[in-house]
Amino acid sequence: MLAELLQFLVSGLTVGAVYALVALGFTLIYNASDVVNFAQGEFVMLGGMVTVFAFAAGVPLPLAASLAILAAVGVGLLLHRLAIEPARGASAVTLIIITIGASIFLRGIAQIVFDKRFHQLPAFSGADPILVAGAAILPQSFWVLGGALLVFAGLWLFFERTLLGKAVLATAANRLAAKLVGVDTSFVLALSFGVSAAIGAFAGILITPITLTSFDVGTLLALKGFAAAMLGGMGSPLGAVVGGLLLGLLESFAAGTISSAYKDAVAFLVILGVLFVMPQGLFGRRSVERV
Amino acid sequence: MDAKADAAVLSAAARPRLSARWATLLVLAVVIATIPWFFPSGFYFRVAALVWVTALAAVGLQILMGQAGQVSLGHAGFVGIGAYAMALGPKYLGLDVLLCLPLGAALAGVIAFLVGRPILKLKGHYLAVATLGFGMLVTMVLVSEVGITGGPDGIRVPRAEILGWRIRGSETFYWIAGGALLIGTWIALNLQDSPSGRALAALHDSEVAARTIGIDVAAYKLRAFVIAAVYGAVAGGLLALMNGFVTPDAAGFIASVEYVTMVVIGGLASVPGAVVGAALLVLLPQALTVFHDYEHAVLGLLIMLFMIFLRVGIVPGLAALLRRRA
Repeated sequence: MLAELLQFLVSGLTVGAVYALVALGFTLIYNASDVVNFAQGEFVMLGGMVTVFAFAAGVPLPLAASLAILAAVGVGLLLHRLAIEPARGASAVTLIIITIGASIFLRGIAQIVFDKRFHQLPAFSGADPILVAGAAILPQSFWVLGGALLVFAGLWLFFERTLLGKAVLATAANRLAAKLVGVDTSFVLALSFGVSAAIGAFAGILITPITLTSFDVGTLLALKGFAAAMLGGMGSPLGAVVGGLLLGLLESFAAGTISSAYKDAVAFLVILGVLFVMPQGLFGRRSVERV
Repeated sequence: MDAKADAAVLSAAARPRLSARWATLLVLAVVIATIPWFFPSGFYFRVAALVWVTALAAVGLQILMGQAGQVSLGHAGFVGIGAYAMALGPKYLGLDVLLCLPLGAALAGVIAFLVGRPILKLKGHYLAVATLGFGMLVTMVLVSEVGITGGPDGIRVPRAEILGWRIRGSETFYWIAGGALLIGTWIALNLQDSPSGRALAALHDSEVAARTIGIDVAAYKLRAFVIAAVYGAVAGGLLALMNGFVTPDAAGFIASVEYVTMVVIGGLASVPGAVVGAALLVLLPQALTVFHDYEHAVLGLLIMLFMIFLRVGIVPGLAALLRRRA
């Protein structure tokens, strides 16, 4: 029983860490620009796919992973420069449709540049499960959790300890005010797209040895990451992390104890339940509508 | 502004809009009636019928998103309910398939009423994720309950029959779909210009302001949600009848996102915009098959370009361009 619970816990946290990373990507871009970037899942796909293909071409894994992150950052910056920047001032829903277009575009390009098949990476440190208190845990799970933890800590330090981080927070709080005190808000915007893309790609690299990757893995991840961000409260980085981990745990426990076909249903019912009680998510700011 | 001046402004604004409404309907009717002359083969009837049916679902979503300002990422869920009613009603309840069209619409309306009450309290992106959840639930039931719904492979829909005359053939469905879209557009345009439509426009701008002037915000939002669901279900029912087959994809997340894209790309504030958006998103993939592998890349690129250069949508955007030139 205990072993089973531990098993669900670890697999839930592993998937949840990936959702949390995707949700963080959503949050960063949303805070800087009010754009809900539905191409976020494509960054995860790029991370996995570029690594797979570079690795298959003989590039050592760490270098292949770095290449993938660079490629995703490049795509993120281009997305901002060529698609979001020209539509500056358009309504939020217009910008969302632009990112949906971008996501279809990136998927279309990926199926040409790569292919339509599923691909796997070797696990970073062996594929033999480690037995902990009767639960079999993949070593890759530790990589995912450790990697996610590293990103959370890095972002926290960035926001709390650096001037640039404060500039990003200031832009999120009030764009005009930030501009007035000398923050280069368009640089902050480009930075958020770059960092978001890097985080997404990183998540894609870490999870590929467990879940495989293909050109269209992004859609489902974007959907889950978005749900996680909303559960935590849109705009709150802490909320994104908690929301992602919670969503992963909910799915894992629902699949293990109720029904694997309806694990997403259970997760969504819980999200709905939370939103009925806390309409701004777990950590969202209460907003007052001005008339 | 006092009430008298308000009324004067409203009546002045209402007069030219009245004619615009009939002009829109006339243009749509003429297009539906005349384009079959240009069809080189029967295949085109099929594609065009698909455009009209999809447009009907999009017009419903326009009422919810464009008029009431409430996002839904689960619209396809209602399309799916309407579509599966056509297959499951005859199979398990022995009902006539044509009777299942209004029954499916009514069922979708009732479900929307029950679901809408709690979730419409949420706003913006939170509402988006709640409706997304609803759509996922519908898809999940359709995929998982293999014994009842046929699962991912889908299920057959029986042919409809009126007094011994079997409804079939692309051409017949073309006229049925065109007629349904015309009626749907007429109702949506009327709604926009009615007191209810103005109430929706008011709560779209500001819920607090709308509430202060005595509009029952929750009731109006719920009404728009139910109307949109009924539109979706009727469109889904017609779609199922046309194809003779239905799969869970009809209710899926991708389909929901496509409906939202249609409404926004055509022009959120415009009823004919929803029709144009639907036509674009149904026809583009057909036309882009000449690009073979590049199909999706080109589709995504076009969606981005349309939204960057006509950010208020195609119909209002082009109207503004024409006005500037005149």
